[in-house]
Amino acid sequence: MAKTPIRFSHNREEKAVFVDEGANLLDVLRRSIGDLTPKYGCGQGTCGACTVLVDGAPQLSCLTLAETVDGRAVDTVAGLSDGARLSALQRAFMDNFAAQCGYCTDGMLMSATALLKHNPRPTREEVVEAISGNLCRCTGYEAIINAILDASQGGARRTG
Amino acid sequence: MPIEVRTHATLAETARAFAASRGAHILGGGTVLMRAVNAADPSVATILRPADPVLRQIRTEGREIAIGAGVTMAEIIAHRELGFLAPVARLVGGPQVRTTATIGGNLFAAAPYGDVAGALLALGASVVTGEGRRMPLDDLFRPHAPRAFVATILVAPSRDFHFVKVSRVRPKGVSVMSIAANLPRPGGRLQDPRIVFNGMGARPMRAVAAERALSGQPLDAATIARAASLAAEGLAPEDDAIASAWYRREVAPVHLRRLLEGAA
Repeated sequence: MAKTPIRFSHNREEKAVFVDEGANLLDVLRRSIGDLTPKYGCGQGTCGACTVLVDGAPQLSCLTLAETVDGRAVDTVAGLSDGARLSALQRAFMDNFAAQCGYCTDGMLMSATALLKHNPRPTREEVVEAISGNLCRCTGYEAIINAILDASQGGARRTG
Repeated sequence: MPIEVRTHATLAETARAFAASRGAHILGGGTVLMRAVNAADPSVATILRPADPVLRQIRTEGREIAIGAGVTMAEIIAHRELGFLAPVARLVGGPQVRTTATIGGNLFAAAPYGDVAGALLALGASVVTGEGRRMPLDDLFRPHAPRAFVATILVAPSRDFHFVKVSRVRPKGVSVMSIAANLPRPGGRLQDPRIVFNGMGARPMRAVAAERALSGQPLDAATIARAASLAAEGLAPEDDAIASAWYRREVAPVHLRRLLEGAA
């Protein structure tokens, strides 16, 4: 099978890899780069567990043809923390018990990261909309919504 | 099965490759095509990736707006001139889908997707192929229409456009059906009304019987009741995991009536 060389920034670090034709970005991140934070959930764009940022915009890596990120910037949860120092958003997820099994968490974190970058003081409705493409089957959305609101500039969790 | 991906820098090259390769698929954002790739669908062997920047452009051409087939839902929502389409684009998928799903891809997305295609059909949009041939969207959606590589969508903004998407999950849920309607009423009477259902057949379909009932009439209670009763006539809903064909036929008149009452 023919391989295509691509170069892209992965969490601000330049990477060059050969990808199989038709390979999706999720496979390349997990198998070629070794970044296991984006998760394989459904492979059809329903669950959002594979969400990454491409040039800052949330995108489903399982539905992204890998070669389309050539020359672009891909950010994942692996780039959120500084070593063992978690980001404010990650700490808020811990403080709010916003992860139970944790499988949806990486996708949730990336959708929330994209939201807070463009909208540092989101309303509760805006948070719900921002994570509407991410399914959670066990934690429950309330804890996740509260964590994102806690991490926002408004700070205090708002309900209702 | 190995997949071949071919990237072409110009529209003309993509158009030539598309004409030469019968089974080739055009990559838009990938939100539909990559699902087939991930499922190892054997019908997807050749993917053409058009890289011509014109596909990402939005520009005004007379009273129409020319939207490149590669323009994403998020770009439509953000564009000032496309405010009339924004309520439709905003209801496509979740945020991660809207950053990648394209207007051109939506024309070929099988039901229950294709709500934007339905809206464009109601607005009387046209498409321009990679070879530069212009045709009404009605022709592209005709049964057995020849396959086409769409480069640009031409649509005139309308103040008489109305849209409703019926889904079971909010804020993100696929359509049970959607209804798009363009209802111009010069002098108080409907002129050339266009009503399109998506999810009531394999492709977006015009509710011709309902359109006929509305044409030339004021949008009053009696006309609305008559049009609503004809909503599903000539349409071909199917059973799927979201709803049965029977259910769709039963509720289509209810949703059309509500839309028309909202427009009146």
